[in-house]
Amino acid sequence: MQLVKRNTTSPAVLVLAPISAVLFTLLISTLLVLWAGAPVGQTYGLILQGGFGSVFALSETLTRAVPLILTGLAAAVAFKARLFNIGAEGQLYVGALAAVAVGGMHGGTGFELPAALLFVLMLLAAALAGALLLLGPALMKARLGVDEVVTTLLLNFIVLLFVSLMLDGPMKDPTAMGWPQSVALLADLELGKLIAQTRLHTGLLGACALAVLIWVLMKYTVLGFDIRAVGTNPRAAAFAGVPVTRTVVLVAMLSGALAGLAGAIEVAGRTSYLTLDMSPGYGYSGIVIAMLAGLHPLGVVAASMFVAGVLVGADSMSRAVGVPTYIADVIVAASLISVLVATLMTQYRVKFK
Amino acid sequence: MTELVDILSNLSFWVAVLRIATPLIFGTLGVLLCERAGVLNLGIEGILVAGAFTGWLTVYAGAPLWVGVAAAAATGAVLGSLHAFLTVGLALSQHVSGLGITLLATSLSYYGYRVSFPKVSTPPTITPFAEMGWLGLPVLAQQTPLTLLALALVPLLAYVLYRTPLGLSVRMVGENPQAAEGQGVSVAQVRTGAIVAGSALMGIAGSFLTLSAFNAFFFNMVNGRGWICVALVVFASWRPGKALLGALLFAFFDAIQLRLQQSGSAVLPYQLYLMLPYVLSILALVLVARKASYPQALMKPYRKGER
Repeated sequence: MQLVKRNTTSPAVLVLAPISAVLFTLLISTLLVLWAGAPVGQTYGLILQGGFGSVFALSETLTRAVPLILTGLAAAVAFKARLFNIGAEGQLYVGALAAVAVGGMHGGTGFELPAALLFVLMLLAAALAGALLLLGPALMKARLGVDEVVTTLLLNFIVLLFVSLMLDGPMKDPTAMGWPQSVALLADLELGKLIAQTRLHTGLLGACALAVLIWVLMKYTVLGFDIRAVGTNPRAAAFAGVPVTRTVVLVAMLSGALAGLAGAIEVAGRTSYLTLDMSPGYGYSGIVIAMLAGLHPLGVVAASMFVAGVLVGADSMSRAVGVPTYIADVIVAASLISVLVATLMTQYRVKFK
Repeated sequence: MTELVDILSNLSFWVAVLRIATPLIFGTLGVLLCERAGVLNLGIEGILVAGAFTGWLTVYAGAPLWVGVAAAAATGAVLGSLHAFLTVGLALSQHVSGLGITLLATSLSYYGYRVSFPKVSTPPTITPFAEMGWLGLPVLAQQTPLTLLALALVPLLAYVLYRTPLGLSVRMVGENPQAAEGQGVSVAQVRTGAIVAGSALMGIAGSFLTLSAFNAFFFNMVNGRGWICVALVVFASWRPGKALLGALLFAFFDAIQLRLQQSGSAVLPYQLYLMLPYVLSILALVLVARKASYPQALMKPYRKGER
């Protein structure tokens, strides 16, 4: 088997590739539904309905999409520069921790800031915390050549234990009946609702605005150019005078900041306090989303809606027909692999000998 | 201080060290074999979960324990073939393919577990491997045969890598695929073989958790062990002997951490002890980074005729 680069890609291939990716994913998930002994059509119907089928379903999906957009952007910008940041989960949690520290812990300290200023400080603290967490692995990669995948992954475990430590101790809410739960944000700092009687909050607008901002940054600025150059070929970039180490560090700060913001916005928009189960793996889903979107910032928004819809839909389907919710994760993983293969097939063709 | 002496002079402590090290030895050797052939395998975390699950499910269904181990190895090999197809056949990013496989294998295992046991809250148990009391050696007698297998694999893999033509091909393919191809070695075949065999070892590592260390399958039971194996390979400079040493050293600190936590006299919050293995892994990576000699072609896809 050998891959041969295509000189031109026929329109048929461009259409067939994504369709076969979808069909492959459907095949796997259909086999799984059959294994669980549930009616296939009804199961898919319930997932769609539960994810997108009503104003309430849609509001839940969009709410779930907010942190995913931000962690997806975090992965997308880093991967563009070939910095494999697998630590968005940890960065999200330190961001949330910093947000709660700034926005909830100054009761009785004697100096009161206006809510708007405090809100900005809270976001800055979260972004900074996430950025600093990725700075270490980025420097280790740039200076020592330590693979950032492993260091950022390991940091996720360390951060979660650290958050657990803080929620057991200094940041524990004394009124939480013994639950490891942080003190709540000041009510002034909570985000408003986009639709009354739902959980959908204005964080969605912020996340979408950031996606547009990142898109502009990547496409029209010098930094964006440097990032793409470093990602395409670091040696050629260095030869052409692109400051490689500086670019990698800047990308790390940007990527970590986005993931940190995901934590802050999740606290301000949805939970108002921090618990250890705040994220069901948003950081890891962000990686998948970035890949599904082909690392395109605006594509991240669309991919986030898809993944969020599947997750929310599977939850509600599972309650109705009892197919385990893990099917959502299988669908997401299978679509990642099949989309990658499909994308490749539009650039190469397989020649059998 | 006297407490530490107490811990270290206790036989059961050293038994625990070797037990904790066993899955790490299997997993680290598995990663090592893949990376020696030039392919990073981040699928390991998911392969561990899948191996733990299928090994346990096979035995639960009535098969003998060794059949369970074989099933876990086969599961690993199948997932490894997928990784090989994506990274060697299609030359996709090794990082991304590996993460995708971890995600797929983990979610498939959890799904399979929930479909097979929809309503149970405590997982059903099996009778795990028995200790090898007949062996009569102090620390080994309280281990199961899988530990013996892991220890035997270290010299075996070293022998194959450094003393056989096959091992030479694997190392060549990891260092300089162009040259290997020039010598008539099929890069694709050797890499595929190394990934499949290495992933089978990872599957066995997973089965050790459910068939030897514990007697049931739990969610999150792998808990980052796979990533630690990836770190240990760097620490070991891609050498089987040092991999054993690294796994033992790591297990040593993990066992101390467990004892201090259990003894109740721990002065620090328990989370700090739990962080220790991960902090140590990062430290190990930093310490050996300067002299780490990566296989030259690691993470570089090889397409015939392309440079």
